[in-house]
Amino acid sequence: MLNETSAEPREQTAGLNAGGMHYRQLNATLRDMVAGGAQRIEIKDVCGQRYIGTNLCAPLAIDLHGTPGNDLGAFMSGPRITVYGNAQDGCGNTMDDGRIVIHGHAGDVTGLSARGGKIFIRDDAGYRAGIHMKEYGARRPVVVIGGTAQDFLGEYMAGGVILLLGVTLEGSRAHDCDFVGTGMHGGAIYLRGTIDHARLGREVGVSDPDENDMLLIRSLVAEYAALFGRDEAELLQGGFVKLYPRWLRPYGNVYAY
Amino acid sequence: MKTYLPPRYIVRRDEDRCIQCLVCENQCSFDVHQYDAGDDRVYARDDRCVACHRCVTFCPTSALGIGEYPLDFRANHNWRREAIEDVLKQAETGGVLLTGMGTDKGHRVYWDHLLLNASQVTNPSIDPLREPMETVTFLGRKPGAAEIDPATGALKTGMPPQVRLGLPVMFSAMSYGAISLNVQESLARAATELGTLWNTGEGGLHPKLRKYGDNTTVQVASGRFGVDAGYLNAGRIVEIKIGQGAKPGIGGHLPGEKVVEDVSRTRMIPMGTDALSPAPQHDIYSIEDLSQLVHALKEATHYTKPISVKIAAVHNSAAIASGMVRAGADIIVLDGLRGATGAAPKIIRDNVGIPIEVALAAVDTRLRQEGIRHLASLVVSGGIRNSGDVAKAIALGADAVNIGTAALVALGCRLCQQCHTGKCAWGICTSDPALTKRINPELGARRLVNLLRGWDHEIQEILGGLGVNAIESLRGNRLHLRGLGLTDMELDTLGVRMAGK
Repeated sequence: MLNETSAEPREQTAGLNAGGMHYRQLNATLRDMVAGGAQRIEIKDVCGQRYIGTNLCAPLAIDLHGTPGNDLGAFMSGPRITVYGNAQDGCGNTMDDGRIVIHGHAGDVTGLSARGGKIFIRDDAGYRAGIHMKEYGARRPVVVIGGTAQDFLGEYMAGGVILLLGVTLEGSRAHDCDFVGTGMHGGAIYLRGTIDHARLGREVGVSDPDENDMLLIRSLVAEYAALFGRDEAELLQGGFVKLYPRWLRPYGNVYAY
Repeated sequence: MKTYLPPRYIVRRDEDRCIQCLVCENQCSFDVHQYDAGDDRVYARDDRCVACHRCVTFCPTSALGIGEYPLDFRANHNWRREAIEDVLKQAETGGVLLTGMGTDKGHRVYWDHLLLNASQVTNPSIDPLREPMETVTFLGRKPGAAEIDPATGALKTGMPPQVRLGLPVMFSAMSYGAISLNVQESLARAATELGTLWNTGEGGLHPKLRKYGDNTTVQVASGRFGVDAGYLNAGRIVEIKIGQGAKPGIGGHLPGEKVVEDVSRTRMIPMGTDALSPAPQHDIYSIEDLSQLVHALKEATHYTKPISVKIAAVHNSAAIASGMVRAGADIIVLDGLRGATGAAPKIIRDNVGIPIEVALAAVDTRLRQEGIRHLASLVVSGGIRNSGDVAKAIALGADAVNIGTAALVALGCRLCQQCHTGKCAWGICTSDPALTKRINPELGARRLVNLLRGWDHEIQEILGGLGVNAIESLRGNRLHLRGLGLTDMELDTLGVRMAGK
């Protein structure tokens, strides 16, 4: 490369107050800021604005204070978003690359059809998390949920990894969700805690994680613990359960010709 | 299990003409023809024949013929051949009967009961050979009123994104995986040459076809295969697929056999797994949810592209369409009962949904009544066979039509309905590398361009005959139509008068 400079570029932080702003205006402002070279953007007073991070295909960091609206990071490819608050529905919808960290809960359909990138949720996720996530080659989306999730977790899952750490569970440490992994034909779901097998889809197999699974679990737990200031060793205590697809072609025998 | 199914077709070979060249054996992907070296004769396994006519077309000595197998089932109005055969197939397999292409049942084809008008004496007809005739159509949301700056004469009203079509005919969504890359390239090249659009379907966009982006509709469906920001911005229109006329309410299962290396990369799923498209999009359970995805796509494309929403024509399409327009859809695509598919349960294909003609009339009427017709363009598909159907659809209220089956027939398809087997002998609906070579994209594009050039000219003749010189003058003008052989209720639903009235 010609004229390569040796100086490290200083990260430019820009601030923005989203109070009272329509999402269209907010997102247009963000695009302008990225075009202007912003590498870290801090947004205050976020209140329900949708699609934050959509179509910002740059490796920038966005810190959100407040409650971002639905479809946070939908189709996102690159940015690292941190939410100091809860996320609503559709967070990481069809996400391509990048990272979303939520210091709180996430709503329904978190990580729907994600095909890359990582989502870390400190507490719980709503219904239909990780539905139809997929993977190709090295591109493997990851959803880590510190607590637990609601029904239809990982339904139609075609790839990727979902990890539930159960930190919000009490007593029996049993995850209270139905139809987990229904139609699953790829990827893996790891649970810390237990689940009644009758609540799994019939396409789902159950096993203990093997050494490779544990390597992955340990690295994701370390990342979760570092992000949210939790005790890594404590999070690794207690058994993990692996849910996997029993067949690559769950419906291959349904048809006649 | 011994099959009780009789052969469906019979292969007739004229032994005087047959030169044992083995073209038929090589061309048949269903292994019907087999050469016996000992006898120096080619024999046929009739039970495997699907009547695709590939061998007949390529036999150099015209030695072959295909006919219905000469087997007279005992006459029974209820239990006809197909009903008996379907029961036998299921008794022997225990499966859901799969099929391909559109329904072949005798549901009424309303196009055949609608007749166009022509000028006589009181309004001169126009000769398109000598006078300009406008078939250009713009798709996209239109403003309610246009404000002109009186000083400069310039348009002051902001215009939502529009897509210009050279003629009001586009190619229907057919995904890579369902059809081969060579077929998609044929469609893309033809669309580019004609100034219209082809549609990726939901299987992603192969890198080789990105250069045709300006003439491409990229689809986002429940499987979200191959969808990323680059894909969304590669096309001219982004289409959300909710449903398909051949299988309303049903998802799609691209069988693992068809998910070969290149298909797997384009869809971004592992090779050999079934590509499952769930029946609903799991982020859309309401009009409000649809609105959310419509606007997510507008954000993702910087409000530069119209967002289209495609549904199957069903009983309450009119109310749904109203919701779709209010949800922000710039284009509505209605796919009727006779629309085709690469694979669908036969029982769904033949029994679910309504014909496109009545759905179109109902939706156009409803959107007009609500004063929101201008907010979305209306595109219809599912049974458009010729330029007459196109003209009638436009008179009933469509802005443009999509053709799928007609385009595939132009490429060789004989509607043998074996798409779901992946063995298409014409190399259309298959991902078998040996078979896909049978479509040459350059020649394929030529056939498609020829077809639509012919249609375009015919549409101009129809317009000229009506005494108008622009497709805009025909659009939604049902006074140009009359019905024949329809009940009062049918005429009322279609919004047309009886012929003679």
